[in-house]
This record gives sequence, C-alpha cells and structure tokens, in this order.
Amino acid sequence: MAQTYRSMLVDPMVDNNPITLQVLGICSALAVTSSLQVALVMTIAVTMVTAFSSMFISVLRSQIPSSIRIIVQMIVIASLVIVVDQILKAYAYEISKTLSVFVGLIITNCIVMGRAEAFAMKNPPFASFVDGIGNGLGYGLILMLVGTIRELFGSGSLFGITIFETVNNGGWYVPNGLLLLPPSAFFVIGLLIWAFRTWKPEQVEEREYRIQTVEAH
Amino acid sequence: MSDQDPNLSASTGGTPGARKGFLRRFLDAPADNTAKTIVVAVGLCLVASMVVSAAAVSLRPLQERNAALDKQVNILQVAGLYEEGIDVAEAFTAFEPHVLELATGTFTEAYDAASFDDRAAADDASLSTALTDDPASIGRQANFVTVYLLRNDDGSLDKVILPVYGYGLWSTLYGFMALEEDGNTIYGLQFYDHAETPGLGAEVDNPRWKALWRDKKLRTEEGQGELAITVAKTPPAAGRDYYVDALSGATLTSRGVDNLVRFWMSDRGFEPFLERVRAGDI
Repeated sequence: MAQTYRSMLVDPMVDNNPITLQVLGICSALAVTSSLQVALVMTIAVTMVTAFSSMFISVLRSQIPSSIRIIVQMIVIASLVIVVDQILKAYAYEISKTLSVFVGLIITNCIVMGRAEAFAMKNPPFASFVDGIGNGLGYGLILMLVGTIRELFGSGSLFGITIFETVNNGGWYVPNGLLLLPPSAFFVIGLLIWAFRTWKPEQVEEREYRIQTVEAH
Repeated sequence: MSDQDPNLSASTGGTPGARKGFLRRFLDAPADNTAKTIVVAVGLCLVASMVVSAAAVSLRPLQERNAALDKQVNILQVAGLYEEGIDVAEAFTAFEPHVLELATGTFTEAYDAASFDDRAAADDASLSTALTDDPASIGRQANFVTVYLLRNDDGSLDKVILPVYGYGLWSTLYGFMALEEDGNTIYGLQFYDHAETPGLGAEVDNPRWKALWRDKKLRTEEGQGELAITVAKTPPAAGRDYYVDALSGATLTSRGVDNLVRFWMSDRGFEPFLERVRAGDI
C-alpha cells in the first residue's frame, strides 16, 4: 500500500485538505461556521458519516455493480446521515435545531461522495475508515479555524463564552456584523487558501490559460 | 470484474459451481451481472431502510420529549418568563391551559387541555375545517386549539398565549403570540418550529427582530377598529404602532409571517376570543 495509515490521517489536514486544496464542501462551511459549537458538531457529524460510509462502501466494493455504484454510495451515505440526524434530534435537540437543514445536506457534501468514489472503491475497509476520519478532520480543521475567526470577531465570544465584551452589553468591542453573515466565510476561506498556498507553493494550481505575446510586425 | 471466473455466475446452476453454497456463488458472480445488480440494489435498499426505521423508531420517544420540552420553553420565552437553567416543568405550571373553540371564542371542557394535541387536531377531518380562502396556506384549520393564560396573583388576566402557524417559504412556521391583558397589545411573537433558510428566513428567531413586536397593536381604536398589524418594508397608513419591519433578504418568509398573523388575529382566527378578552370576560 502506497499510503501509511498515518499519512491517511495527516495528509488531509494541510497537504490535501478537502476545503483549501480540493475546494469541496464549501456550502456547509459557509453555513455552520458562525459559531464554534455548531461547527464542532458539524465536524463530528461529517467525520462520522465520511468514516463509516467509506468503510461500508469499501466492504461492499467488490459486490457493487459499476452501473449503479453512485446510487449504492448515495444510499449508504443517506442512510447514515438520517441516522446521525435522528441521534442529534434525540440527544442534542438545540444544536440540531441550529444545524437544521445542514445535517441533511451532508448527503450532498462532495467530501463524503468524493472519498467514497476516489478511495473507498479501491481500498480495504480499515484504510477507508481511516481515510474518512482524516478527511472529516481536515474539513473540521478549516471549519474550526473559520468558526474561531467569525465567532470571535463577529460576536466577541468563543464557544459562547464572552472574550471581548461587546458594546451592546456595555463593553468596548464593536462586533463586525458581516462576520456573522454567510458571505464572510467566503472571504475567510479565500484568505486561508491564500495563506496555505503561500506556505506550500506546490498547492498552487497551474493556470488554465497562457498569456501569449504576439510579435508586432 | 474481469478477474473473476465467468463460469461461476449465479445463473449456471448444475455446473460444479452449484455445489458451493448459494451465497458463495452469489458473491463470486461478476458484479455487473444484471440479476446481481437487481439483487444488490433491492438488498441494499432493504437493509438501509431497516437501519433508518430502526433508528427513527427507537429514538422517537426521546425526540418527542425534547420537542414537548422545547415547546414549553418557547411558551415561557414568549411570555418573558424563561431564564437559563430554570426548571421548565415547574415554571410551566404558572400557565392555565385551555382548549378554545375558535368559532365561538369560548373554552371547551370536551378535551383535556393537558393532553390535547393541536397538530393532530388540525389534521383530523372531524376536528378541523378545510379552507378555501387560505392566506396562511395551512390547508385545514383546527376548530379547537390550546391557548395558555397567565394570571396575576389577584386572579386578573396578565397575558394570553395563542398558537399561530402558517406557511413561509419552505416550511410551516409554528409559533406563539403573547398578548397583554387588553387583548390588543402584542407582548411577543416566537416560532418554535420551522425550516426557513438559515441566515435569511430563519432570522425570525433573531432576538432583535422578535423585539420589534413588543408593544405593537393588533387593531386600531383600542382594539375596536380594523386589524392593522402588518409586517412590511414600509410603515402602513395606520402608523408605526401597527408596523413590524420585514426581514431583509427574506421577502417570502416575511410575507408568510404577515399572512399568518393577520389570518389568526382575524375574525376567522382568535378575534371572537379576543373580543371577550377585551371585554374583560376571561
């Protein structure tokens, strides 16, 4: 096997991060990062779904007819997401209300499908499970970074605990309301991608165009 | 899968392969075999549906308890009685629940208020009326609903909490409206169940928006006049006392809230009951 379990876990953090390198799963990253607590629950949910769906798909991989493989993967993923949603509703009702539709939308999260199709269909179950955990955590790492920035500067708190006393509550900090709105996550993720690619220049994609210089006659 | 022996396909009964177990032959069959494709699809769907139903059924009691508790918390919040960490069940005893017959505006003893299920009643053909003119897009309107009264220590009415619901953009919004003892001044409006777009329509949960409802009036002339309350982008002719600013970016949800509030506070909703509240009969 080309990859060690360690590299399966660690690579998706920085070197092959699903959000900053592959630019997948952006939709949910915009939606759930305005507070850290929600981002954390989303991270756990996505990690669990990615890990277990990769594992089950890997177990079935030699039996999955290639003509219906995407449907089979979707069924496995969708079932797991529904189970996760039911568990959240039973044990974390408040958070499941905040996450609302985004738990259901894990089904369409490209990271889960991507790992199932790209990795689990070709690798043994345990490796697929580890790969799923790694990618879930890579997704979570970015979610937590974005969440930290947005919650700290958007509402002056972390995990709901006040860090900067806001003006509304008689403090000094004027919160940046933009950071609580989904578009701000675009800016933050964009800056993160820039930072990552400055740090690791090999992540920079090749240009799709070439500037031609035309000789003047 | 090209590396598997085609002789072992599931359809070749009678060959040496038949001496293996059925399952073995099935597993060894090429995955692209048509029969196998169907069996895999059906089998997987069966297993997946069993897993999903098992999770849904086994967790339902816990979920229902959470939902009931959440509803009580919302009733406490809309009445301004909720504080972090209080004993919800005990605080909830402050309310006096009644089953109200909407058409007459009178309480009925035919149903037990503690166990009456508003949502089930709204779906029950014998307890609800189909609407033809249906501004709140609710399809059927329940004939009976549970309302909650909050009384002062001397027994006089303090607040009434009325259930309201109607369609927004994606979902039915279920909520409560709290009115002061005059039956005309709004104390608060709060939704406890909806699936509007987070960040846009779901801003109906934003405390700053909910605070806009405080002290607004339903009707002009101390409740004797026209139903004037409106959620709009600009104040109505009746004035700012009857105006709640619509949510920006959520036109359809705002319109839904406007429709449902106006519907439930109209003659077809709680008006017969509110008339009695205004007269001091309750």
